[in-house]
Amino acid sequence: MLIKKAADIASSEITPRSLYLNRRKFLAGLALTGAAAATGLRFRGLFEPEIVAHAGNKIDGIKKSAFSSTETITPFKDVSNYNNYYEFSTDKYEPASLARNFRTRPWAVTIDGLVDKKQKLDLDTILKMAPPEERIYRHRCVEGWSIVVPWVGFSLSELIKRVSPQSKAKFVEFTTILDMQQMPGQRGHVLDWPYIEGLRMDEAMHPLTLLCFGMYGEDLPNQDGAPLRIVVPWKYGFKSAKAIMRIRFTDKQPDNTWHQSAPNEYGFYSNVNPNVDHPRWSQKKERRLGEFLKRDTLIFNGYGDQVASLYSGMDLKKNF
Amino acid sequence: MLRYFKPVIFLACLAPLGRLAWKGFHGLLGANPIEVITHSTGDWTLTFLLITLSITPLRKLTRQYWLIGLRRMFGLFAFFYGCLHLTTYVWLDKFFDVHEMLADIAKRRFITAGLTAFALMVPLALTSTKGWIRRLGGKRWQALHRLIYFSAAAGVIHYYWLVKADKTKPLEYAAVLAVLLGYRVVAWLMDRTHSKAPSASAPIKER
Repeated sequence: MLIKKAADIASSEITPRSLYLNRRKFLAGLALTGAAAATGLRFRGLFEPEIVAHAGNKIDGIKKSAFSSTETITPFKDVSNYNNYYEFSTDKYEPASLARNFRTRPWAVTIDGLVDKKQKLDLDTILKMAPPEERIYRHRCVEGWSIVVPWVGFSLSELIKRVSPQSKAKFVEFTTILDMQQMPGQRGHVLDWPYIEGLRMDEAMHPLTLLCFGMYGEDLPNQDGAPLRIVVPWKYGFKSAKAIMRIRFTDKQPDNTWHQSAPNEYGFYSNVNPNVDHPRWSQKKERRLGEFLKRDTLIFNGYGDQVASLYSGMDLKKNF
Repeated sequence: MLRYFKPVIFLACLAPLGRLAWKGFHGLLGANPIEVITHSTGDWTLTFLLITLSITPLRKLTRQYWLIGLRRMFGLFAFFYGCLHLTTYVWLDKFFDVHEMLADIAKRRFITAGLTAFALMVPLALTSTKGWIRRLGGKRWQALHRLIYFSAAAGVIHYYWLVKADKTKPLEYAAVLAVLLGYRVVAWLMDRTHSKAPSASAPIKER
């Protein structure tokens, strides 16, 4: 077999060893820089948002409430820096800083649907409807953590009574403000905006259901749903709509946002229930923020004595 | 080069753990520290799996063959963070409740996927020594260590299945994994066409 000898390379074309090594070093450096940069992106967490503590204005004349829990209150710093507020971010630590400049004045709430007195209510008119009460409630997130919060507000029924819903009205629907400029999370499509929640009329009229505008004796921080939110303590947290600007009365069950997003995982009722698991995780236990061991989750989040009768005869597994 | 780099990289690989420990000690892990620990160790397990998988493409594309000297270390760090991640689940989430954990494994597909990902790493960590490479023989050792593809895939699926609505991060991991595995498929296909018909390789090039 004839094997051709390769043409000689002119010695002038041979890269000097020192240069060759330099090029090698350069390429190595380049590769390492690339790899390091890619890995470095994972280190972004080192510069995570600082803890924001927004002391709001003190609310005067707050009354104590017999509905209040005597359990240890979760520190303000945790309740105001650990927020599921997808309108701002899906990262619970980000709404505190992202909501800092959210405008809560002027604010009006549209009352419409099956109601005699359709109107646009100014926030300050609403706040004067009844004296503010402090309600220390347990708050259980569908994700399996819980907090105890001294909310400030009054029963939602105070507002509902004043707008005279018609007898055909069987449900109340709450709509969160839609404002992409102010709410960066709404620019994405993680959920279908605006956020919709709803209650059955008797649930909405229940004295425990709170129209809330403060916590810890002060105005509600923006990241906790300012200026006006709903708090339904026996349901998973997402049922308690934040920054609401519309209350609509209807004869049809509202299609709440999380139900739209995953109908088999989040029901309309979403009552706290340790016996009905989320399809992907157990609801038997919860982590109370600040505690090491998990505690047992209570049916209706421990408010069974007050609200279980609302659901008598209903299959809670089916109506989850 | 490797001699100087390796200890530095080793320490850098420990930085995520050091950071967690430091923040934990100073009470800076936020409102739900255990959740942060769980997510962080899980994130780093996936990250190190992907770093490990990027060594082969990186060294071939840049011809920096010495990079192979780092692969085992990265792989073992993936296993290390995986162990920490599993420990947080067994200890801080389930408090060694075997009954609950078995129910979880059977019922929750994201737990099943996560445990699969971990289980597939165990034989790789055990046979990562020079002695085991010799005992198994290069070919068989390499075949066994392809399990990392399945481990990484199961890990990404585990993450994808557990998030509530925002799939951005699991999809980022999935995209990187797809590129890294895609490189191997392409390399394998090219290799096959070259080795199968060496005489036909020239006309193919002309087309």
